[in-house]
Amino acid sequence: MAKGRYGDFGGQYIPETLMNEIHKLEDAYERFSKDPEFIAELDKLNREYAGRPSLLYFAEKMTNDLGGAKIYFKREDLNHTGSHKINNVLGQCLLAKKMGKTRIIAETGAGQHGVAAATAAALMGLECEIFMGKEDTIRQALNVYRMELLGAKVNPVTTGTMTLKDAVNEAMRDWTSRVDDTLYVLGSVMGPHPFPMIVRDFQSVISKEAREQILELEGKLPTAVMACVGGGSNAMGMFYNFINDKDVRLIGCEAAGRGVDTGETAATIATGSLGVFHGMKSLFCQNEYGQIAPVYSISAGLDYPGIGPEHAHLHEIGRAEYVPVTDDEAVNAFEYIARTEGIICAIESAHAVAHLMKIAPKMSKDDIIICCLSGRGDKDVAAIARYRGIDLHE
Amino acid sequence: MNNSTHNRIASAFADKKAFIGFLTAGDPTFDASYENIMALINAGADLVEIGIPFSDPIAEGPVIQEADVRALNGGMTTDRAFELAAKVRSQTEIPLVFMTYLNPVFKYGYDRFFAKCAEIGVDGLICPDMPFEEKSEADEIAKKHGISIISMIAPTSEERIKAIAESAEGFLYIVSSLGVTGVRSEIKTDLSSIMESVKKYARVPAAIGFGISTPEQAKKMSALADGVIVGSAIVRLVEKFGENAAPEIGKFAKLLADAAHNN
Repeated sequence: MAKGRYGDFGGQYIPETLMNEIHKLEDAYERFSKDPEFIAELDKLNREYAGRPSLLYFAEKMTNDLGGAKIYFKREDLNHTGSHKINNVLGQCLLAKKMGKTRIIAETGAGQHGVAAATAAALMGLECEIFMGKEDTIRQALNVYRMELLGAKVNPVTTGTMTLKDAVNEAMRDWTSRVDDTLYVLGSVMGPHPFPMIVRDFQSVISKEAREQILELEGKLPTAVMACVGGGSNAMGMFYNFINDKDVRLIGCEAAGRGVDTGETAATIATGSLGVFHGMKSLFCQNEYGQIAPVYSISAGLDYPGIGPEHAHLHEIGRAEYVPVTDDEAVNAFEYIARTEGIICAIESAHAVAHLMKIAPKMSKDDIIICCLSGRGDKDVAAIARYRGIDLHE
Repeated sequence: MNNSTHNRIASAFADKKAFIGFLTAGDPTFDASYENIMALINAGADLVEIGIPFSDPIAEGPVIQEADVRALNGGMTTDRAFELAAKVRSQTEIPLVFMTYLNPVFKYGYDRFFAKCAEIGVDGLICPDMPFEEKSEADEIAKKHGISIISMIAPTSEERIKAIAESAEGFLYIVSSLGVTGVRSEIKTDLSSIMESVKKYARVPAAIGFGISTPEQAKKMSALADGVIVGSAIVRLVEKFGENAAPEIGKFAKLLADAAHNN
């Protein structure tokens, strides 16, 4: 059995053509993640380019309005490019440079990872191609143009459901045809080892900062930390440095779409089963014959039929809880946080906010919740308007 | 090894270069794919790879991706693929192997899947997303049922060739080029040096596949190895002729088989 296991989950289930390259990536990461020069360079990029550390913001109005736990938001939406995705791409693109690569490829759903990857590639002088489901290029047309402005080539993917999983398929196919000069910069804590580990490590800066910030502000650890989960990168980043704090609840919020009983859902923990896909053993939405199911969510970024292997493991051992949140609940939360706190967050992040709104009132004033706002919501405004039956003319 | 399946795969390579053809089960219908497979066999194929369609075939190019879509839309399932293989087996003793992705096999259950292969007379399994390092979870179970898991060697395998070739069962699938399956006008990989190291370590025959689409290429590639595998170029005929592809497949397969056999 290969390395990179979280319990039974994880592994390296990829074509032979990629195996040597994956091993080279493991070796390079092993070396550079311990290299003081690499660490210093990445730290500088995080501070001076991405705008880290991100704020830990006390949402006083929501706290008072909901009338329970004290609510803090980890403001990844304020990072350069507008989401947590920048944390990972700066790390991986720097790694690509050190490995002598001249080209990166990436998949994207909502476009946040694609925009972040295109940004880092522009900064570091790497050629960049993005694979994005055709359906998503329509839902997120603005982000397609942003990527093009940044010098990336965007390839609309017309196979399968034309969403995130198909974009991953196509990126993997591209990588097998061009391993020599290209690094596949995977956007979430998924895929074959070492990606779930690399992405988690680069995203763990979220909980590293949040833990220090909350101890400084409150002098104690939070009752719960929470985040939305598609593949699960912002959630893994939000959870990681709290995993050993056994009293801190870890809550992941999945996209239930129209509801977990409707068939139009992307809630993998709630409706999925064990399988092997996209390089990893994990939980997937699939039928009895192991055909990957078409999934649905209003959020293009959570519209993925699987979940990262470390999440599957945290779920199995009972360390983290995962809850489904519907489109409707997420849209309500999107509007509520805008009205109440003056923050337009990503529809992805609004899934976590929706669950926060359910649990905070049931907690006491001594409880603290940190919720990760993984991204900003400018990209979603038109879709939310459509959801409310308003047609915005550009 | 509790039956004769290993002998069946070996027989494909016994006294000549082997021509191996690929077709997707249920593309575009159960009956048409049966006719197509029989046309391949009657034209002289020495081994047939039957694809169990998968929703997300990451190692396939557009031609086989489309075949998978047609087959799944036509209602093909793992159980129906077993029925198809059983029907073919009732007519022929040539070796048959399934080609699919790991998830359909994993989800069916390794023991249940390989037991069914043994019962029906399917001799091997090719899974492009089960590399050497991840083979162990299925390998013992496959061996128990006498089924060969076919290993692949790619142009990027380099120093991995030794370990893969030494432990190979059935035959070795040599991937001719980088990238996914599909028709290629030219194959640039230095296959003779790859074959040289394969031959040093392997106890089983080796066949070259990916991108072979003409009798000329089949002749050239089979000269380097023990056989050639042709997939997309055959599946393209199903794309073109729909449910009436069998005669065309027969004609084309005859040219490929002759090209391999005359080496």
